[in-house]
Amino acid sequence: MSTRYIGKRMKRNEDPRLLTGRALFTDDVHLPGMLHVAFLRSDYAHGRIKGIDTSFAREIPGVVAIYTAEDLGDYWRPGPLLVPPPPVEGRVFHARTQVPLARDKVRHVGEPIVMVVAESRYIAEDAVEQIFVDIEPLPAVTDLEQALAPDAPLIHEDLDSNLAAHIIQQKGDYAEAVEKADVVIRRRFYYDHGVAAAMENRGIVAWWDGKAERLTMWDTTQAPVVIRNGIAAMLGLSESQVRVIAPFIGGAFGPKIMMFYPEEVLLPWAAMQLNRPLKWIEDRRENFMSTTHERDQIHWAEIALTKDGKILGVKDEFIHDSGAYDPYGLTVPINSQCTLLGSYDIPNYYSDMKVVFTNKMIVTPYRGAGRQHGVFVMERLLDLAARELGMDVTEIRRKNYIPPDKFPYNNEIIYQDFAPLVYDSGNYEPLLDKVLALIEYEKFIKEEQPKLRAEGRYVGIGVVSYVEGTGIGPYEGARVQVETTGKVNVATGVGTQGQGHFTSFVQVVAEHLGVDPKDIYLVTGDTDIFHWGTGTFASRGMVVAGNAINSAAERVKRKILQMASQELEAPVEDLVLEGGFVRDQRHPESFVALKDLAVKANPLRGAVKADAEPGLESTAYFGPERGATAFGTHAMIVEVDPETFDVKILRYVAGHDCGVMVNPLIVDGQVRGGVAQGIGNAFYEKIVYDDQGQLLTASFMDYLVPTSMEVPHIELVHTETPSPLNPLGVKGVGEAGAIPVAPLFVQAVENALAPLAELEITEAPISPNRLFELVQEARQKV
Amino acid sequence: MKPPPFDYYAPDTLDEALALMAQHGYGAKALAGGQSLVPTMNFRLAAPSVLVDLNRIPDLSYIRLAPDGGLLIGAMTRHVQAEKNPKVADKHPLLHATMPNIGHPQIRNRGTLGGSIAHADPAAELPALMRAVQGRIKAQSARGSRWIPADDFFQGFFTTALAEDELITELHLPPLPAGSGWAIEEVARRHGDFALVGAFAILHLDGAGRCDHVRISLFGVGDGPMLATTAMGVLRGEKLDDEAIATAAEAAAQKDVDPPSDVHATASFRRHLVNVLVQRTLTQALARAAGQEVTA
Amino acid sequence: MSQRIPITVRVNGVTYQREVEPRLLLSDFIRHDLGLTGTHVGCEHGVCGACTILFDGQPVRSCLLFAVQADGHNILTIEGLAPDPDHLHPIQEAFHDAHALQCGFCTPGFVMTLKPFLEENPDPSDEEIREAISGNLCRCTGYDHIVDAVHLAADKMKEASS
Ligand SMILES: Cc1cc2nc3c(=O)[nH]c(=O)nc-3n(C[C@H](O)[C@H](O)[C@H](O)COP(=O)(O)OP(=O)(O)OC[C@H]3O[C@@H](n4cnc5c(N)ncnc54)[C@H](O)[C@@H]3O)c2cc1C
Ligand code: FES
Ligand code: FES
Repeated sequence: MSTRYIGKRMKRNEDPRLLTGRALFTDDVHLPGMLHVAFLRSDYAHGRIKGIDTSFAREIPGVVAIYTAEDLGDYWRPGPLLVPPPPVEGRVFHARTQVPLARDKVRHVGEPIVMVVAESRYIAEDAVEQIFVDIEPLPAVTDLEQALAPDAPLIHEDLDSNLAAHIIQQKGDYAEAVEKADVVIRRRFYYDHGVAAAMENRGIVAWWDGKAERLTMWDTTQAPVVIRNGIAAMLGLSESQVRVIAPFIGGAFGPKIMMFYPEEVLLPWAAMQLNRPLKWIEDRRENFMSTTHERDQIHWAEIALTKDGKILGVKDEFIHDSGAYDPYGLTVPINSQCTLLGSYDIPNYYSDMKVVFTNKMIVTPYRGAGRQHGVFVMERLLDLAARELGMDVTEIRRKNYIPPDKFPYNNEIIYQDFAPLVYDSGNYEPLLDKVLALIEYEKFIKEEQPKLRAEGRYVGIGVVSYVEGTGIGPYEGARVQVETTGKVNVATGVGTQGQGHFTSFVQVVAEHLGVDPKDIYLVTGDTDIFHWGTGTFASRGMVVAGNAINSAAERVKRKILQMASQELEAPVEDLVLEGGFVRDQRHPESFVALKDLAVKANPLRGAVKADAEPGLESTAYFGPERGATAFGTHAMIVEVDPETFDVKILRYVAGHDCGVMVNPLIVDGQVRGGVAQGIGNAFYEKIVYDDQGQLLTASFMDYLVPTSMEVPHIELVHTETPSPLNPLGVKGVGEAGAIPVAPLFVQAVENALAPLAELEITEAPISPNRLFELVQEARQKV
Repeated sequence: MKPPPFDYYAPDTLDEALALMAQHGYGAKALAGGQSLVPTMNFRLAAPSVLVDLNRIPDLSYIRLAPDGGLLIGAMTRHVQAEKNPKVADKHPLLHATMPNIGHPQIRNRGTLGGSIAHADPAAELPALMRAVQGRIKAQSARGSRWIPADDFFQGFFTTALAEDELITELHLPPLPAGSGWAIEEVARRHGDFALVGAFAILHLDGAGRCDHVRISLFGVGDGPMLATTAMGVLRGEKLDDEAIATAAEAAAQKDVDPPSDVHATASFRRHLVNVLVQRTLTQALARAAGQEVTA
Repeated sequence: MSQRIPITVRVNGVTYQREVEPRLLLSDFIRHDLGLTGTHVGCEHGVCGACTILFDGQPVRSCLLFAVQADGHNILTIEGLAPDPDHLHPIQEAFHDAHALQCGFCTPGFVMTLKPFLEENPDPSDEEIREAISGNLCRCTGYDHIVDAVHLAADKMKEASS
């Protein structure tokens, strides 16, 4: 199919507004009479609240209201369980969800205890300093393994341990695999994923308009429709009385979807109490303490292989840190469990996962959402196996890739969308070959590396593969309408946080309707404009909302053609849409403008046919039967300073396949941005709590987001294996770049340092300090 | 992250500033570039009741040649001015080489040399540089003025010899001894970050090729800039070769420092880095003393 | 306490007279008192660079200055760079062409940092560009496209001045 707009590297429609500082972000909303909110948050990781004294704070001029849990009355209740656990037989799951303001007990540093409303944020913070909370500290649970010790302090005292969930999934029979195996390798792995650290912190503006009896809320959320429905229910309002707007959002990457953050529950309520608009803008310190994290897992994993490197089975037992509550269910650890299988044909798999509560911030998905953890374990197991068997790291991968004729490929376990994990399509070797060719793998191994090593330089190469389950359901919807001006309106419920939806969605519509993309106006994330949908997560925007838009646009096109066919007295097959007109190909002088058809489709007199909707408008929904599986292979060359252990990335090649690319320019940006976050995760970023549960990395001075000096130029290779599961043939791309970087990084570093010490790195992130220790340990062993 | 309230004064003359410092005493703080003070206030880790803004005092920003051939630098001279000043490049290549290591361009546009010295961050470059070059700090108050040698100025964790009512008005950087070699090296996690460990080395050889002057000054390894005195002792009077340098570096790491552990580095890694960086700086300094071009 | 100080500031060519509390951060003054919300705030401790403005022509962090300090000074913010979204400055155009922004939150800070940089360095190398923007964090792009945009902007600015 030749296309006009789909597949083009189109510049983005949203850019001019953003580039000139005219795009609306939540903190840009200013309303007359607006008050400002700050929170007193717990300094203790675990403790009992004995008393709260707000009397001094109330005396401060400009303080308008102060609320504790007690003041909330019946409105105080734990949040809903956002994602229930998957229906796996024998599962254990305890839902313990976060509360708006801590009552009786605090369970992590940063948990809100008191809400202050004042004339300015400055005064609100002054007041917070003058509130005195008497907390009796309890011992904190910070270590995953110790969380399950019999004498561990209980975070939720109504449970008999800190176990939040236990799920076993299997495919085939691992015990049999071991019996047949020539080699079995078992290791302990530690993987820690960091925080999203979007450049914009969270924020909410809530405004109760008493005369109109409507609540309007601007919220940096990835899921405005879901927030609206929940808020309406909590406040006893009709859904149509609540409007949630997710305006421009300064990056999200996962944590901006929660149901609910305490602030989302409190601001609208207090705005109604006080009858004044309220604003709360999270600061960076709060962001580190009170926006959800992703964190660590400990795996004991085993791989069984034949002596020529064919995988017979994998066994994995792991512990996942949920933090103090688990409102997001098991999405993250299930992703780890499922994504571990990767690009490989693994006949037997046994995976036992335990989820524990700790006295730390809640864990919810952050770009990759647990996939990294699984990919790290699998890729490391393959590297260890390759070493043991004397094979090349690329050879062992090639040997175990799922062959193209085995798709759809059933992994026989349940994925985060509760559907069986079936890969829709894939063709892994051609992409590997392209990546190896670009980075000149053979040449590096045979010529470059020996030469550089002879000069005393420590250079190494790495290559890893991964898959990414994307674009899961349940559904998204969209409405497409040709206005009487000839301009086109498109509305969808998903919010946008930089993914370029204003452009890629518009390209899909332009493709069908043949109008200039500049004449298409897209609204996302405003529940007054479109109120069905679930949200932007799991790399699903293009797949799910994109296909809904595709389908709505197709229907509008059909309407247009039918009308035009009558109008021009020509068969539909002869008509084409271009430049805002419908033209009869056989009689080029015969044409009609879309805007004229739009007027006719919505007449003021006469009858619109009984079964027809008025206007050139259609609404459509798309719900994929299951996720589309994207895949990739990345390679990198590094140089390590053997004394300071600083690592310099000399080359980085990212090979990716996300099916059909609606806008390759945007895909490039998504992959590169993901890799940059992956590099941060592999070598720079780490959330550190001490053993009292104090957060030691609550600033950008201590939590090290990479700058332009740490992220190298990233070279890209694409293949396009369309997904058979949706009409556009697309797969998600949002998270891909970030997923494989840590195993790649450690593989390349091991390779670089091989002449210095034979390292076996089974953890991530690493750091110069950690490499120094590992080299010392390795040398002591020899 | 909003700063607590304070009263603000922006004097136009040094005398007024000194009078304000005298009047407000302990609760008053000078505001220079604000690149350290304001973040601390935004985190509410500092809550001065009075800020005396030095930015409107015109005659505190200058770089002049000192009678001894070194430099006299006004306290309010911005980092960027020192970085780009041809006199500095010419007369004080070590200061010139140091400046780009401090933060980022935007930070250097505001941050001042006086502020860096007064702030006395143990991981900062300039305090350690002042010790390496045996600089002096001019402290002024309504009571009078005095010159404090850098070796006496830094007294501990963010603590200096300045009295409550004193301001730094000028820095004196003596010239490097003719024919001497110098070097600065640091290890930071990211570009522009405060160093995990950093080192300055300056050395001079006599006619017989023996070391007759050496200064090794370290940062990021204690509660202030530190001299590696044992290592300096090892080198003095010796012919410098790789072995002597390795011995000195080992002495610096083992005897001269007792570094802290934090989220970025353990004490033992910092000790290791001291060894590495002292070797590297001495090697470079030696090469420069021998008249060789060095690209660090 | 509650001292209020009159100030006169020129922002994007317009003179504003206001009374401010000494502790009011310049970033908040620009955003909330003047309503120029294109200057963003990402950390309020000087690391992210989102709040970068030109203060007497030099890029600085507006979150590390008090509004009172701006009295008598000249400020340029992102809003002052282009008259409207249809007439972009060459740096803005280049960011658009090279897809150098995703969420766009960091973008005003980058653009303001780059304006004086490109005026002083009409033909920068990759290295110089990366160094120049190292005080601005971007979480979305991975920087590659920004580096491309800076080269492109340099070309456009040369063209415009020749
Ligand atoms: C992101 C970032 C990165 C940075 N990286 C580095 C780095 O790598 N290396 C480094 O060295 N620094 C770094 N800094 C700090 C920066 O260099 C500061 O500018 C410097 O430390 C303090 O200088 P200032 O003029 O800003 O002082 P201010 O912040 O104004 O003041 C600091 C302290 O000194 C006092 N003071 C200031 N001037 C005087 C004076 N004349 N007399 C008496 N007391 C005075 C103040 O009262 C205050 O207590 C960084 C800062 C940031 C925000
Ligand atoms: S907000 Fe000013 S540097 Fe981040
Ligand atoms: S574009 Fe989102 S932070 Fe830079």
